[in-house]
Amino acid sequence: MTAHPPGHRSASVLASAGRLVRNLLVALSLALLAFAIFGPLLNLVLWAFAERWYFPNKLPLEYGFTFWQRVFAPRGNALASLGTSIWIALLTVVFSLAVAIPAGYALGRLKLPLRGLILLAFLLPQAVPNLPVYVNIAQVFYRIGLAGTVTGVVLVHASHGLVLAVWIASAAFASIDGSLEEAARNIGASAWTCFRTVTLPLAAPGLMASAIFVFLESLDEFTGTYFVGVPDVTTLPLLMFNASMGGNYQIASITALLLLVPSIGFMLVVERFLKADVLAMVGR
Amino acid sequence: MATLANDAIAETSPRGSGTWAAFALVVPALVVVGLFFVGPLLLSAVGAFRAADGSFTLAHFEKSLDLYTRDLLFTIEIVALSTLLIALVAIAIAGYLTLGEHPRAVAVLRWLYRWPLFIPFVVAGQVMRTFLAKNGMLNHALIGIGLIEPISAQSMLDWRGIVIAFVWKQAPFVTLLLAGAMAALERQHVEAARNLGAPRWRVLIDIVLPQVRGTLLVGLVLSFVTMLSVLSVPLMINPNSPTMITVDVAYRINTFADYAVANALCLLSLLLAALGAAFYLRHAVQRAGASTS
Repeated sequence: MTAHPPGHRSASVLASAGRLVRNLLVALSLALLAFAIFGPLLNLVLWAFAERWYFPNKLPLEYGFTFWQRVFAPRGNALASLGTSIWIALLTVVFSLAVAIPAGYALGRLKLPLRGLILLAFLLPQAVPNLPVYVNIAQVFYRIGLAGTVTGVVLVHASHGLVLAVWIASAAFASIDGSLEEAARNIGASAWTCFRTVTLPLAAPGLMASAIFVFLESLDEFTGTYFVGVPDVTTLPLLMFNASMGGNYQIASITALLLLVPSIGFMLVVERFLKADVLAMVGR
Repeated sequence: MATLANDAIAETSPRGSGTWAAFALVVPALVVVGLFFVGPLLLSAVGAFRAADGSFTLAHFEKSLDLYTRDLLFTIEIVALSTLLIALVAIAIAGYLTLGEHPRAVAVLRWLYRWPLFIPFVVAGQVMRTFLAKNGMLNHALIGIGLIEPISAQSMLDWRGIVIAFVWKQAPFVTLLLAGAMAALERQHVEAARNLGAPRWRVLIDIVLPQVRGTLLVGLVLSFVTMLSVLSVPLMINPNSPTMITVDVAYRINTFADYAVANALCLLSLLLAALGAAFYLRHAVQRAGASTS
């Protein structure tokens, strides 16, 4: 690229100018995308620390922690809601995985007649709007005394989270190299020993990912809790919603920030758990 | 003969019991889905057609259409527009991730696009309530670069707000699926086309996209159905008429305890989802057929 014949010089100048323009366009697009993604989040952070803020001031007039103190006050209901949310999410994970791991193993590893049909049944809660389910399950739970209880909310969360867990678990089991299990069986391991010492450890990252998915989905779930949890179970998303609708942007934004921490944390590490080979098997 | 028959039994019987064992492993999960998902869904279908005295009626649907036709159309428009925008954003980002020639730009993009991936809808709603408000950062940015006058700053918390919140939240999900599928493709065709001098957008549209159509479709249908049943975002951004069907359902229940019309509305939105799911199931069945044969 150093020595050009004279006739080519203008062409190479044009080419490098073109490259410069293209680089600028790429940089500009990335900057716009960054604003589209971080602008809304930054706005939320500003609200969380704003003491006073009204139109047309670009930035809050005063920053402070008054509202944080109110949220984290010992008698405040944010900490209670956080506790409820985490407790419900943990129970949902345990319940979902207890039924999803066997099902995922059967779907991913064993010969199962009607496998396509069974997979379809597990697609249903993802492929059908959930609102009718929540509305009617709330009515049934009300009649049998499960409405407004943690158990009721866990059952609703699990029936939904379970499906994700089955998918990911089945994909995780399916992506395991079968010859490893065969080798274990050939040197005399029983089916159970082989599952416990070979299959399960190999599938562990995928199962971990499904556990985190179920946990997050339960932690963030709104509509089901909105119908089934009332009036006694207030999770963090419900608390945030109530604060926002009540016009208290600071409380709502602080609660939203609390909910953002696990979501963004998981987003940053998700690929460590969910490798591309597992992702490629999802839904197969 | 006898040994042959014995061999046949020895061959089939473990497989037979294995089949039952496999079924037994799946049954608990199926029961949970059946009791807490399929059951309530059937109740919804029954409730939508049942009069107060238990007889069959279409009155709930007449009432629903009387009161909420406008909202049904509004819902279709919002969800269809959002799905379209999600597809465009996902194709653009996943395409650049696969074919982009600046390693640094690709790395930045890969880090950047995923932030909203696991942010819940209810939080996305609150985030957009602050960002798109009259006093939001969007307006201040537009004023700052001189695109609009301060006097013409307006709140975008209407149908636009819902669409923006949906795209912001769902596009990363579809992009993640799509970029994964694109990364798994054989590079030969892409390299060959590039060597022949095809521009990158042609390679994306003519070579890469047709091979990942299935994945794109699955991501879009999942997003479509998800957006149809999101209650928090329309409730927070645009609760007044015309609004989305989910808001109407919550209103019928919370204000009138009117489960009949709520169920009819739910069934109508199921019908919408069925349109999307038809695509999806056809694809899934094809896949299942291909993997068993």
